[in-house]
Amino acid sequence: MTSTVVASPQAARAVPAVVLTGLTKQFGRFAALRNVSAEFAAGRLYVILGENGAGKSTMLRAIAGLLRPTSGRVSVFGLAYGGSDSGRGILGQLGYMAHPSLLYDEMSAMENLIYSARLYGIDDEARCAAAITLVGLDPALNRPVGQYSQGMRQRTSLARALLHDPRLLLLDEPFSNVDVTSARGMVQLLSNMRDAGKTIFVVTHQARLLAQAADEFVWIHSGNIASRVTTLDLEMVQ
Amino acid sequence: MTISATPSAKPDATSRAVNLTSEPALRPESPAPSVLFATLMKDLRLEWRSKDAINSMLFFALLVVVVFSFSFDPTGDDARRIAGGLIWVAFLFAAVVALGQTWAREIRNQVLDAYRVSTAPANDLFLAKALGNFLFVSVLEVVMTPLFVVFYNLRVIGPAYLLPVIGLLGTWALVVNGTFFAAISLRTRSREVMLPLILFPISIPALLGMVEATKIILTGESSAKFWIVLLAVYDLVFTTICLTLFETVLDAE
Amino acid sequence: MKTPVLIAIVVVVALLAFGLYQALVVAPTDQLQGDVYRIIYYHVPSAWTAFLLFFVNFCASIWYLFRRDSISDAIAVTTAEIGVVFCTIVLITGPIWARPVWGIWWTWDARLTSTLLMWLIYISYLILRRFSTGGQTPLLAAALAVFGFADVPFVYLSIRYFRTQHPQPVIGGGGKLDPGMLHIMLYNWLAFVALAALLCWFRYQLERKQKDVEETIALESLLEGSPR
Repeated sequence: MTSTVVASPQAARAVPAVVLTGLTKQFGRFAALRNVSAEFAAGRLYVILGENGAGKSTMLRAIAGLLRPTSGRVSVFGLAYGGSDSGRGILGQLGYMAHPSLLYDEMSAMENLIYSARLYGIDDEARCAAAITLVGLDPALNRPVGQYSQGMRQRTSLARALLHDPRLLLLDEPFSNVDVTSARGMVQLLSNMRDAGKTIFVVTHQARLLAQAADEFVWIHSGNIASRVTTLDLEMVQ
Repeated sequence: MTISATPSAKPDATSRAVNLTSEPALRPESPAPSVLFATLMKDLRLEWRSKDAINSMLFFALLVVVVFSFSFDPTGDDARRIAGGLIWVAFLFAAVVALGQTWAREIRNQVLDAYRVSTAPANDLFLAKALGNFLFVSVLEVVMTPLFVVFYNLRVIGPAYLLPVIGLLGTWALVVNGTFFAAISLRTRSREVMLPLILFPISIPALLGMVEATKIILTGESSAKFWIVLLAVYDLVFTTICLTLFETVLDAE
Repeated sequence: MKTPVLIAIVVVVALLAFGLYQALVVAPTDQLQGDVYRIIYYHVPSAWTAFLLFFVNFCASIWYLFRRDSISDAIAVTTAEIGVVFCTIVLITGPIWARPVWGIWWTWDARLTSTLLMWLIYISYLILRRFSTGGQTPLLAAALAVFGFADVPFVYLSIRYFRTQHPQPVIGGGGKLDPGMLHIMLYNWLAFVALAALLCWFRYQLERKQKDVEETIALESLLEGSPR
């Protein structure tokens, strides 16, 4: 088990973004995560890679607090979930996006974002419009999200995730079904956000897109972290 | 600072910081609407848009009244006595169909995940859904009642002003538990069957209360006070239990 | 079978047998109903036992909601199942009694009706357990159990009041029991509680063993993929 982690000045910064301690998650007989322990420094862009069923999405959901670990702990910016504490203090600093769009098909993108903003106590239409524009869509578009193409839905989903300006972004397959040009725009966006100090986790099968932008590539195999490297071996990815 | 990112943008050589960190617009006179209000408004707006749901429910309610009228002879002195029971059974049928739809929109696209990951309190979501159901079922009741009065030639002998009170308390009793059990049934097979299956047994004391109280008011026989108090206490106790346990059930995965 | 268990079985059988003797032979014949009334010594203690079991279910469910441990869940499912069994006894002995005495199979008697409602509530609990998908069955069931038991006071109050408005034949007589009968009743209750405890013990053991097997399989699967 090799791990190459290059310490950067940022890593020396105080609180790590995410700390996993003995994180285990079992669904009946199936162990999705096995005793994972790792620290992830803040302000970096991590790409989570691995074959299907390796545990990538499970790990992301555990970090997002959507799963109760079978055992072990997850802490985000020094605050812990786990045990009986749901750690609501962390939630305002998290943005999560996954394959189900987490959007209402019957509402337009703006309506979805405005509602989502209200869940965070934010009442600011301009901000919602800005988020939609950021991902390359038109806020004035009045069609229900259910009629969008998959790529447009992905991008709206991303806009929803970053609307409340979270310090930690957890993205599960953000580029699936997105055309290359738009995907590159999203990568640039993520890169900019990382430069501005955000911590970003991206689970993806399309790691090539992030070959330059990412700080670290985390390989998951069979429910555990197999390796962490700073450069991507292009032979191993699509 | 704003970024313009058009779909055909090439990666920008000069990376500009993305800035969404401007403070949310501060409007001291109108703070952000509470999650409960926002959720309720959203649900009402969506119901209004797809009017077919409301329309088909209204027609279903009408059908129930007609079927009951054929099954339970509306003529004769007995009518007033059994009407109390019948009308609430009819409401119950309509309510169960409506309650089954409570979380239908949230299941698609796993919207509940978005809710759980946000800072919004789980109980705001529950109350918004319960209130939405309450309004919806109340509309159905308001439509069905005149039909019953017509078909069964009902006159109210007792204090009529108590009828809306019973209606409110009884409807809330069904709706508050129904909304909660609808959330439980999301995680079961045979979802449509599970909801009434769990709801009916627990609701029987409340149903007894609604039926008896209505009958007493219609016939003017005695005082409905006991039943009204029972319903009120039932509502209080079970609303408390729902609010205590909802977050736990929401987070069950 | 282990010795303590054998002894327990013998004790329970002895208690039940003695209770039966008391009920059938020792107890005086009722003035009005004749010998049929003797079924009361099964009918009433079963109801009390069922209620006791459901109370334990309630406590175990609350405990589970706080602690999330498999022991309290095992206790919950056990007491629910055995409680339903005793409820069924009440629901069967009721009509058996009512038919010869009043000529009707069913009466909306307070105890019988309340037991019917409890039976319905806990059957729905068991069905929820069976139909729930995913690993959260214990949690959802525990939540439902809280609702179910909280309903009990409403069940009793509503039915008792309903009965005062609509008088019905009362199984078991509305008045006080002859003191000679009361202690036989209590005696049989003791025997029934002992029986319930024994049945719960077996059911609980079964549940724990099933959970142990599942946990072992899960643990093996976990260790299989350990880092080389």
